[in-house]
Amino acid sequence: MPVPEVTDSFTSSVNRVTLGATKDSGGTRTSTVTIGGARNVVYGGSIEEAGEKPVIAMDVLDSRPKDWPDILAQHYQDVLDSPADWAKKCIEQFGADLICVKFEGIHPDKADLDAAHAVKVTEEVLKAVGVPLVLWGCGNDEKDNQIMPKVSEAAKGENALIGTVTEDNYKALTAIALADNHNLITEAPLDINIGKQVNILASDMGFPLEKIVTFQDTGALGYGIEYSYSIQERQRLAALGGDKIMAMPSICDAGYESWRAKESKLEDAPGWGDVQGRGPMLEATTAICLLQAGVDIIRMRHPRAVAVVKNFINQIWKKD
Amino acid sequence: MALTGLQIFKLLPKTNCKKCGMPTCLAFAMQLAQKRAKLEDCPDVSEEARQQLAAAAEPPMRLAKFGSETSAVEVGQETVMFRHEEKFYNPTVLAVTASDKLTGQDFKERVESINSLQFDRVGTHISVNAIAVMNDSGSADAFATAAATVKDTSELAIILVTESPEAMAAAVAKTADSTPLIAKATPDNAEAMAKIAKENNCPLAVCAESIEALADLTEKIKAEGVEDMVLSLEAEGDHTGSPLREQLYNLSTIRALALKKTFRPLGYPTMSFVTDGDADQQAIYATSLICKHSSIVVVNTVEPYAFLPMLTARMNVFSDPQKPVQVEPKIYPIGEPDANSPLMFTTNFSLTYYTVESDVEASRVPSYILVVDTEGTSVLTAYSGDKLNDKIVADAMAKNNVEDLVKHRKLIIPGYVAVMSGKLEEATGWEVMVGPRECSMLPKYLHEFWK
Repeated sequence: MPVPEVTDSFTSSVNRVTLGATKDSGGTRTSTVTIGGARNVVYGGSIEEAGEKPVIAMDVLDSRPKDWPDILAQHYQDVLDSPADWAKKCIEQFGADLICVKFEGIHPDKADLDAAHAVKVTEEVLKAVGVPLVLWGCGNDEKDNQIMPKVSEAAKGENALIGTVTEDNYKALTAIALADNHNLITEAPLDINIGKQVNILASDMGFPLEKIVTFQDTGALGYGIEYSYSIQERQRLAALGGDKIMAMPSICDAGYESWRAKESKLEDAPGWGDVQGRGPMLEATTAICLLQAGVDIIRMRHPRAVAVVKNFINQIWKKD
Repeated sequence: MALTGLQIFKLLPKTNCKKCGMPTCLAFAMQLAQKRAKLEDCPDVSEEARQQLAAAAEPPMRLAKFGSETSAVEVGQETVMFRHEEKFYNPTVLAVTASDKLTGQDFKERVESINSLQFDRVGTHISVNAIAVMNDSGSADAFATAAATVKDTSELAIILVTESPEAMAAAVAKTADSTPLIAKATPDNAEAMAKIAKENNCPLAVCAESIEALADLTEKIKAEGVEDMVLSLEAEGDHTGSPLREQLYNLSTIRALALKKTFRPLGYPTMSFVTDGDADQQAIYATSLICKHSSIVVVNTVEPYAFLPMLTARMNVFSDPQKPVQVEPKIYPIGEPDANSPLMFTTNFSLTYYTVESDVEASRVPSYILVVDTEGTSVLTAYSGDKLNDKIVADAMAKNNVEDLVKHRKLIIPGYVAVMSGKLEEATGWEVMVGPRECSMLPKYLHEFWK
């Protein structure tokens, strides 16, 4: 029986953003990564409309994490004090597409490390791996404004993805990212209207919309993922409908959010099954859910979770 | 799809006779469209119009029910492509296979391990819903025995999976009063399977290789008198493509055809099998199918660690976007608090609670969190809507017997509602300590201010 054709009236697409700069473009990266480009919703229409393959950015912390459960930390014991070796391990052994350097240690409530430290980490990681970098502040406005501009400068010419800027704190980082020609992450707290507002604020400072990647904040599975999920779907629909202020690709954080959940950390919970599998699967399914809603970059931590999610992405976004 | 008032108007007599109580036929049509009037009120409507209107009133995707009275599940009757447009109504039924190649004690243990896939998380009980009995043995007797065992030893709904009408008839004979889902009718056995489904009043899973073939088959089976169907696309796929990818794209297409085109031959719930690969792979494949439109997902792992996230994903995706997710209002002990531990309150909006909980955990200071019922709103929203005031907090404290819980008389309140301190002290006689505005500062606060 012939079935009717499903016709979508989408007029537009998600922006394509290329991260990283090779020697030809003035950087030192050995490869670049392009994200975005979807012309339909996830599984809508045909595979040709699905855009670029989503990618995994594995987290490398600038300093030894103190609160990582053993199940996670055991895979990094040999590299926890060396961000460069850590990054190398993520690329060579775990198959990361990108490295996300998270400057956790600069937070005043944590190690309160200084700009010299952050610059050194940036330079070392740039030297150690050839993939494009994501450079992510600590979340403390004052400290980020003080240090992230130095980080930006240290990666000048590399076309990195740097963030995050928020509604209340966007000027310093937007200005320096513009000057150093990086891509920018705009962050909103699970609120699509604020998400749009931050894009407008950055754009008003002259930052090109086509170099922005949005971070709508992530709730892990069981911890508010339904909010992230629907915001991502609405963002995709807005992009396809021609809203230029919402046409950016997006990044989410499955790693951090999953590993602070008690399902991942609590060892003594026999009813929940093997603790070695619980955390990695919470992280993997958080990533999988958000892929269904249309995210482009996923920050992840556990190699076992990365392996299954990569396998999924390779199957679903395989071009014929 | 529902008809508009104007579309209905075209089917009415257009005599403006007022017998229905409305001044004009158009007015009556508008009331019908809004479901405020009944077609029976019009004495002159033609039989043809009656049929067309009745057909249009049918939901675009039918419901399928199976299981006994206690294990009954419902799938289908979804109305939207995206949960934010309205909500998803009937959560994906998660089923686990039990092969009839296992016999005796081995089979019983398998059923027992499936029965035990139940979890409690934040006050909600989540569990697997069905057992898919697989006729791997090829024997009708073995299949019937396995089906009977499941019926006797499990509270879960039953899915019977065989392409042999003989085996199906034997198994249904043992389980008919539990209304199993009969799977699967193929182009080769459709008539025989339809007969079994019809005679026993059970829903029928219909299986074909393509969307087009499925549409043919459902029409054929409908003509045999079976209306309750579930669609299953052959998951084999071809050798070049990826079966999971085809499955996900096809499920989206089927959903869109049913909802946007009101294409009745595909207006049924769907079923997918994820029985290859290890537990990790099954968990993530199943999760994608739960999100994107499989009404039933059958897996064969029984690893609890794989089910916890699958079931949580289902709970989250099928939650109502209009209704904030709430946690049960009660006392939550964090760590192992004693009579000298801090007591603080927050609201029962799940995101608010999770954030507070995780920051209190991070502080490693054993504490009690009193969750106050604010109808699922956050601290500021609740306060401005008068769902959080001194009286409500005092009542919650009394109801949860906090006086017996701790020896001290100090209550930490969210920084955002510092303004209620005075009244709250009066209402309770407790000393009010104003906590931080952002709960990320809670660890620091607990270490510095709690003595």
